[in-house]
Amino acid sequence: MATKKFMFVNRKAPYGTVYALESLEVVLISAAFEQDVSLAFIDDGVYQITKGQDTTGIGQKNFSNTYKALGDYEIKKLYVSKESLEERGLTQDDLMDLVWEDEDDDWAEKPSIIMVDRSEMAAVMAEQEVTLSF
Amino acid sequence: MSTLELNGESIELDEEGYLVDLSLWTREIGEALAKGEDVDLTDEHWDIIDFLREYYEEYQIAPAVRVLTKAVGKRLGKDKGNSKYLYSLFPYGPGKQACKYAGLPKPTGCV
Amino acid sequence: MAMLHIVNKSPFEKVSFRSCLNHVSKGDSVLMIEDAAVGAIEGTSFSEKLKTAMGDVSVYVLGGDLAARGLSEDRMIDGIKAVDYAGFVDLTVENETTQSWL
Repeated sequence: MATKKFMFVNRKAPYGTVYALESLEVVLISAAFEQDVSLAFIDDGVYQITKGQDTTGIGQKNFSNTYKALGDYEIKKLYVSKESLEERGLTQDDLMDLVWEDEDDDWAEKPSIIMVDRSEMAAVMAEQEVTLSF
Repeated sequence: MSTLELNGESIELDEEGYLVDLSLWTREIGEALAKGEDVDLTDEHWDIIDFLREYYEEYQIAPAVRVLTKAVGKRLGKDKGNSKYLYSLFPYGPGKQACKYAGLPKPTGCV
Repeated sequence: MAMLHIVNKSPFEKVSFRSCLNHVSKGDSVLMIEDAAVGAIEGTSFSEKLKTAMGDVSVYVLGGDLAARGLSEDRMIDGIKAVDYAGFVDLTVENETTQSWL
């Protein structure tokens, strides 16, 4: 099967709506087809990967740890909008430390999060062959 | 919907034989689920089942077969981290079959 | 008559939160739930708007919704109170009427 460049664009906060969880499930399924997958976190989508999420108070399943498995699924490009973080009073320190392990480099952990500004995000989007929006 | 009879108790299974209430799982239930498919679980089976349970605990998902294979290779060595070895233990598919005995849902991305 | 205004949409995504603040009366209360909880944080592009409104109204956030999104209560704008579900019920009792800004 030919490899295509897939991008999943995440723009919603988790838990209030089902978009974030649905996106994550489709991302994991798409990885089974060995495509070139990247994720974009824009606008409220940045809340999906904040660290320290605790859902005990709302009685919903906390799926934030599943983002830490993305590296195992060869998903290593998580583009995060710098402006979206700033508008929300957040910095990269508020995000989970998401990494992938490089099998060819003695399983060294390498960062998956790539901080980009709007023009850089636009350039990444322009390269995609398939874009799925959540 | 079917049930697993164990020690006088009925445990609910879905139409594919997976536990409905994952929290009920015990090693004994794992053994019984395997017995129902004529499989005697060995230490080698348990290495994989234990690994799957730990993975689920950490990431809240059962890994896809490709991910499982790679992770087993890292943890238990290259001689076990290949599909030939995993299929020799779980001929119906290491993801589907091992997850069933491990009391986990079918792997996400299982096609 | 004091009114409880309930908002559940992020102020960064929908205009409903801003519209709510444009329609509150002195003495009313505003409760942020679900995705609106992210509006409780200090230093955002929305916080000045909310702080201005806080001169006239009391502002609350459902703590569980804040925690679910990885935001701790010490990041909240001064003066906002975090409540649990029991506190939510109290607010609906203390106010004569309730309006949801969907």
